[in-house]
Amino acid sequence: MSAINVTGLRKTYGSLVAVDDLSFEVRAGEVYALLGHNGAGKSTTIEILEGHRQRTSGEVSVLGLDPGRGGRELRDRIGIVLQTSGIEPELTIREAVGLYGSCYRRTRPIDEVVAMVGLEEKVDHRIGSLSGGQRRRIDLALGIVGRPDLVFLDEPTTGFDAAARRRSWDLVRSLCADGTTVLLTTHYLDEAEQLADRVGVMVNGSMVAEGTPDELIGAAPATVVSFVLPPDSDRGALTAALPGLGPLAAGENGRVDFRSSTPTADLHAITSWALEQGIELHSLSVHRPSLEDVFLQLSTSEQTTNGEPEDIG
Amino acid sequence: MSGSFPSTAGLIVAQIRYQLLLFVRVPVGVFFTLALPLIMLVIFNALFGDVTVMTDGGEWPMRQFYTGALAVFAAVSATYTNLANMVPIRRDEGVLKRWRGTPLPTSVYVAGAVGSSVVIAAVGVVIMLGLGVVAYGLEVQADKLPAAIVTFVVGVAAFAALGMAVAALVPSASAASAVANATILPLAFVSNVFVAIQDPPRWLALIGDIFPLKPFVTSFQDAFNPLVEAPAFNWPELGFIALWGVGGAFVAVTRFRWEPSAGGTTRRRRARTPASS
Repeated sequence: MSAINVTGLRKTYGSLVAVDDLSFEVRAGEVYALLGHNGAGKSTTIEILEGHRQRTSGEVSVLGLDPGRGGRELRDRIGIVLQTSGIEPELTIREAVGLYGSCYRRTRPIDEVVAMVGLEEKVDHRIGSLSGGQRRRIDLALGIVGRPDLVFLDEPTTGFDAAARRRSWDLVRSLCADGTTVLLTTHYLDEAEQLADRVGVMVNGSMVAEGTPDELIGAAPATVVSFVLPPDSDRGALTAALPGLGPLAAGENGRVDFRSSTPTADLHAITSWALEQGIELHSLSVHRPSLEDVFLQLSTSEQTTNGEPEDIG
Repeated sequence: MSGSFPSTAGLIVAQIRYQLLLFVRVPVGVFFTLALPLIMLVIFNALFGDVTVMTDGGEWPMRQFYTGALAVFAAVSATYTNLANMVPIRRDEGVLKRWRGTPLPTSVYVAGAVGSSVVIAAVGVVIMLGLGVVAYGLEVQADKLPAAIVTFVVGVAAFAALGMAVAALVPSASAASAVANATILPLAFVSNVFVAIQDPPRWLALIGDIFPLKPFVTSFQDAFNPLVEAPAFNWPELGFIALWGVGGAFVAVTRFRWEPSAGGTTRRRRARTPASS
């Protein structure tokens, strides 16, 4: 059974199309990441699924209910971590968790929730006195206090330091171990790579690619080879000697990056040439493309075909 | 495994308690709502308490006039001014949007905000009347208490509704505080709150008469005016106040917003400008 089903979703603000014919499915128990630049339509999509916005057209089902009129029944079974939402700064963490928890049918004990987000030491501090990262963790706490079947995380770790990010990744993983479904939006590729069972890449309101992180990376054609040429060496000579390599991206300080579909042969040619010339290639590396490379490739090619994205602000 | 939702009554009580907790933790709100009318009562009585005042009912001591007037002013501060200020602040903070995403029925949230303001109003009125009785010879007559209570209930209900209407209409918290104070303070001057206006210019009397504050003040004062006989119900005034309340409630219900205006979404949309092109 699927936790979320979206078919032909469309959302327009006047002449602006924020979400355009979007379709995807999130299976029960899976972590699904919507990945995209700011303004790609991720937050609009997630807010429609949460019931915060009405869609223009299309079919949407969340836990079998229509979020447009899911009401109390639906909101009891979902947890929402919004990108922009406040908490009463006058309350302590204990008071806030207790208060927000009191309106759910299946409330988690306060101490358990606070421990899950690692705020035990601050539990009796006023929220107004906490740092941005700590407040974000309270956002997470309030998102899970009702034992939700489905959690929406809209850019959940923005503003976190590295340790806090790893901790909330662990929290998300422990949630899925409980069978909780998670839909998250992020523009951190490592976050999607770390957490998501499947990733959907959104550009200009449409889905341009979807799959597991490995599938997306595997679909990218080429391995990346990069190295630094010594300052006095001749890049032209390299290109002339190895015409098979095709165009080489010229980086700063003599750095060369190129994509290769035959890395073994190309690497052999390059290193042979370098030995012949008596040149040491610094920082020589061969690596599979990261999700970031794939993402950048997808989003730039999509934007080129669509022309300049309009400024809607 | 699903069980049932917590009872609505229990949720409302929890919400009122929590709103009261928030209220006492914002010192500036406590000062303007409860302390300031009390300070005014003490100062006004020190300055003018011994003179008598002529109103429609006849001549009576100023200190009794002020006690009733400033008790109403405290009640209006607790409901109208307090809600018109605090609800937009919570909206701008994103607190309202967060509550909207929980299974708490939105009507319960509103009931908690309004209910807590009525509790604060009652506390304010009781403190004022208590001081009036102890220090200024205010006579509380049992047979006029029902009129005082009904007037209080109708008045705070109407001004709470009007506070919610202002909260619904203003774009932001900073605008809300300006609008709330700019409406209630001048109106208080022409509504027998700070000064007992005798033979006012026609236009000034008219302004006092078309807004609900003066009817609230005079009806409540009548319940403590020795010249007015029991039961002291002013039904036409109460009906007039209630009408304003119904209008306010209509605006509040039809125009209420849970999210900050523009702000968040504009920022997100603006960020769509391509970073690399």
